Amino acid sequence: MAETTYIEAITQAMQEEMARDERVFLIGEDVGGYGGAFKTSYGLIDRFGPERVIDTPISEIAIIGAASGAALMGMRPIAEMQFIDFITCGYDILVNFAAMNSYLFGRACPLVVRGPAGGGTHGGPYHSLNPEAMFMNRPGLKIVAPGTAYDAKGLLKAAIRDDNPVLYIEHKYLYRRIKENLPEEDYIVPIGKANVRRKGKDITIITWGAMIYVAADAADELAKDGVSVEIIDLRSILPFDEEAILESVAKTNRVIVLHEAPLTGGAGAEFAARIAEKAFDYLDAPIKRIAAMDVPTPYSPPLEAAALPDKARVLSAARELLDY
Amino acid sequence: MSQLTNEQLLEIAYYLRLTRTLEERLVALFRQAKVIGGLYRSLGQEGESVAAAYALDYKQGDVVQPLIRNLGAILVAGAKPADVIRQYMAKGDSPTRGRELNIHFGHPAKDGFIGQISMLGDMIPVMAGIALAGRMQKRKLVTLAFIGDGGSSTGAFWEGMNFAAVQKLPMVVIVENNGYAYSTPTVKQTLLTKLSDKALAFGCNGITIDGNDVLAVHDTTKQAVENARNGGGVTLIEVITFRMKGHAEHDNAAYVPKELIAEWAEKDAVVRFEKLLVERGVASRDELDAIQKRVREEVDQATDEAERSPMPDPSHASRGLYIEDGYWNG
Repeated sequence: MAETTYIEAITQAMQEEMARDERVFLIGEDVGGYGGAFKTSYGLIDRFGPERVIDTPISEIAIIGAASGAALMGMRPIAEMQFIDFITCGYDILVNFAAMNSYLFGRACPLVVRGPAGGGTHGGPYHSLNPEAMFMNRPGLKIVAPGTAYDAKGLLKAAIRDDNPVLYIEHKYLYRRIKENLPEEDYIVPIGKANVRRKGKDITIITWGAMIYVAADAADELAKDGVSVEIIDLRSILPFDEEAILESVAKTNRVIVLHEAPLTGGAGAEFAARIAEKAFDYLDAPIKRIAAMDVPTPYSPPLEAAALPDKARVLSAARELLDY
Repeated sequence: MSQLTNEQLLEIAYYLRLTRTLEERLVALFRQAKVIGGLYRSLGQEGESVAAAYALDYKQGDVVQPLIRNLGAILVAGAKPADVIRQYMAKGDSPTRGRELNIHFGHPAKDGFIGQISMLGDMIPVMAGIALAGRMQKRKLVTLAFIGDGGSSTGAFWEGMNFAAVQKLPMVVIVENNGYAYSTPTVKQTLLTKLSDKALAFGCNGITIDGNDVLAVHDTTKQAVENARNGGGVTLIEVITFRMKGHAEHDNAAYVPKELIAEWAEKDAVVRFEKLLVERGVASRDELDAIQKRVREEVDQATDEAERSPMPDPSHASRGLYIEDGYWNG
């Protein structure tokens, strides 16, 4: 069986769900004839027609708003942000309208908003966003961020089948850089479940998205020194798998929370706080957070590399924990 | 004249009276501190609210979306007065179970109406999406959205209108020009003298009419609705009317010139419509009085029901964030 890239996994998930369920449709900028800015929806319009692969004006409020309205009517829209950065243009309607349907009105709003996120591609400050934290404190959404092709496909299918609005954050650095053999049969990855990517006993790294590879590189390096690292790929940011986090911390007693978004007010702060509250007695050292600098993601490669977290910073944090 | 039958004209008269009487009751409850949040009056705007909503065919699945001053529209669509009072009183068995205020409630597929959210303009793209879903589901439904002179300044309004127009969606938008957005007069919202000229920007149909002429509002809306249903796309209807009270009950509207209030009081849509019914022999004064009596009894009964309703159970505050919680099924 052919190996599937991360981006192909996303395309497959959309295609299979659209074939399985006629309520599923895609709406966004340049998603139709052009096949999406990254070709994520390439070929979908040929198979499903312009009624189900809808090109829109440059209007993120309209895209998310219209998708939300259609979702209330029983459709299952996938709203694409050309870059996830532009979700800020539709932030209001997503958090104030879409996200509140269940709690305020008992209305199912089975909406997926997805788009390419993350840095490392020299996209500059407006094409590198990691948006999860700005949505975590607005209850009602679910947030997922796959780091593998398997999870990209399984989580997108789960998101499409979910009765609530789901923010699906895909990491564009991974689009064509990773691939793996995927199952032939239909599968989903349940929202809210972490994946222990690597078992270890000395240090836990809690991370997600493209950072799982930075964590893995650091873990390989540490293994040479006989240090065994456990990597928890959260995959779902909200709701998140608290049990998996606490279980791992209870075992390793040392923890690094690693993410690509800026440090201050980042999602990692919540996970660190949860560990401090619920697993303090298990800790042998302070919780470490590794994240981007508190700056917009700069464009030029040396600046970008300096701003984003890397293996060296994870290693130095790990050594501090071991020496504590 | 309108193609409305005498029976329909009397039904409109009923809804006009129901709206006004229900609101007067809400004022009384507000003064008794039984309304928990703010109270927003539609006095002066009942005519266009009822008349426009009456142009929809709810059996076809049509959906109306009110703003805060369109209580009459959701009553026409089937909202229960007792539920409206429960919403204002923050009761546990209100449609939102105490989570949201006033006429912010309703399900487009189940109720034929969906309440606004407080961010003005956001409902325009949402209503476009409801129309889009209807078309995808091969239904002939039309959506009717209300927005104001102030709301039509928002980016969401422009994006939603443009998208709906490009997609030729079956949608009608009533822009209520009621003179003020909170304290800001329309001249500070836009340099346009006719808000229907905004339709030019979208390439859709636009028309300005007298919002206090019930028959004109109904007939114009009806025509736009049927045009939309038949694939004619979006129509923007500006209705010229006037907000006879402040933004909410706390606001004495001292910024509105008294002469304007007096001038518009003379043009009251309810009085004008009833006068027309009498002149045309559709109803006698006695018959109109009977409608008023019936409405008062209904509002009395609705008030009793709502007052007996319990407040929400605080242990439910964490429930229902996600659909699978099952909270709303129970």
